[in-house]
Amino acid sequence: MKIQHALTAAAWVCLSGLAQAQVDPLHVRSWAASCAACHGTDGRAQPGMESLAGANKDDMVKKMLDFKAGRKPATIMHQLSKGYSDEQIVAIAGYFAAQKK
Amino acid sequence: MQRRHFLQTGSALGAMGLVSGCATVGGGSGPKVVVIGGGYAGATAAKYLRMWSEHKIQVTLVEPNDAFISCPISNLVIGGSKTINEITTPYDNLTKRHGVQIIKDRVNTIDADKRIVKLAGGTELSYDRLIVSPGVDFMWETLPGMAKADAKDKVMHAWKAGVQTLTLRKQLEAMPDGGVFAMSIPLAPYRCPPGPYERACQVAEYFTKAKPKSKVLILDANDDVTSKGPLFKKAWAERYKGIVEYRAKHRVTDVDASTNTLKFEFNDDIKANVLNVIPEMRAGDIAVNAGLATANKRWCEVDFLTFESKAAKNVHVLGDSIQIAPGMPKSGHMANQHGKTCAAAVVALLMGKQVNPAPIYNNTCYSFVSSEDVVHVSSVHRYDADKKTMLTVPGSGGVSSAANELEGRYAHAWARNIWADTLA
Repeated sequence: MKIQHALTAAAWVCLSGLAQAQVDPLHVRSWAASCAACHGTDGRAQPGMESLAGANKDDMVKKMLDFKAGRKPATIMHQLSKGYSDEQIVAIAGYFAAQKK
Repeated sequence: MQRRHFLQTGSALGAMGLVSGCATVGGGSGPKVVVIGGGYAGATAAKYLRMWSEHKIQVTLVEPNDAFISCPISNLVIGGSKTINEITTPYDNLTKRHGVQIIKDRVNTIDADKRIVKLAGGTELSYDRLIVSPGVDFMWETLPGMAKADAKDKVMHAWKAGVQTLTLRKQLEAMPDGGVFAMSIPLAPYRCPPGPYERACQVAEYFTKAKPKSKVLILDANDDVTSKGPLFKKAWAERYKGIVEYRAKHRVTDVDASTNTLKFEFNDDIKANVLNVIPEMRAGDIAVNAGLATANKRWCEVDFLTFESKAAKNVHVLGDSIQIAPGMPKSGHMANQHGKTCAAAVVALLMGKQVNPAPIYNNTCYSFVSSEDVVHVSSVHRYDADKKTMLTVPGSGGVSSAANELEGRYAHAWARNIWADTLA
């Protein structure tokens, strides 16, 4: 379990650099906007939902990868996270991390 | 021509008191976008066009209603646990915070060659790009009896939230205990696939509390429940045992409002104390009349990278009016996603940038099986460049394992967030 976790952590550190180099930031903004329906415009949520704006990028990536791998229980995010590639998750997390809280 | 347009627009806005403060409204020199319809798709597109163009694109939203009344959550008004005020959001933040010019009117005609729309009130608006998001209208021609005097005042669809929602609630309150509430569901596709089944739950919960001898009769034109089937059937069998009866393959062909009778393609007539007829639907009138409904003269085909109509250049169609991609529901959440995808594309097209070649977005739809317990369906959709459509991502999405109260709280949080994302 610990080894798996360490590998995952290594994987998403590598992904961070990869995604930023390849994707047009405006297109990442469009991907991230999809999350805003529940998490608020630019990730600034209304009460009752988690805000993503200004959150730590690595924490968000880890959470999403944990949802995706079934390591973290959820009502819905385990299903939605499976629709996104790891690269997309890293890029979207980077967008929200850069937004004002 | 331009002067007349300016004067009319100016006076219309002045009379409504909608022009205010921060951002430039009209009269500017940037590209012009007109948005027809301020629902989940249109209002979102209007807001994001302003945000993402850094206020360089002038956006005019034409909307006949005073305020936005949400269809999602409106079944709770029918069930009695929410008020209409709680599902109503004013439009003024679109103007105050984002500089969207709002004109309270209807669009009568679209001239796609001259790029002009004509409003019922006489105003003409020119545009560089037009966004048409009028939602659905009903195929009343499939129910001849509904054309008779007063039929539409007596038999509600309540499939556009507002007066119809409140009237249906009043009819249920006035119904004697021991009465029957009969709801008919049209063949798919229709707006909000799980909506009718959620409504059945809401009415059943109200009957359990207030009129326990009463019945909810669901008459579905489809072969089976079209969304979240096992979850709804479990709620009817357990929570609402003896109250809800579901009958598939019951397609309504006419309504006699004077005797509260439904007539069917193959089945015997059914009388009930309160009827709720959800008619078959198509794209909103303005989209059909403008020739945009190219799929069976019913739904509007679009390019899923831009939402540009396949029938008219510089005209985009969003929300429930479109011919959906495989697995894509006609939902408020999906309409909100259309709005942003289109806004990004229109900004790119008008500013000379590259349109996103790989859109990806999700759908989340909560249904209340009681006033507190909720089930969801979710999905993720991405653009397939070979098939030129949106496809659900294999392995993504799913439904709740069981109805639960935690998702009830998330459902209300979802509503607060999507209303703010769309309108604030």
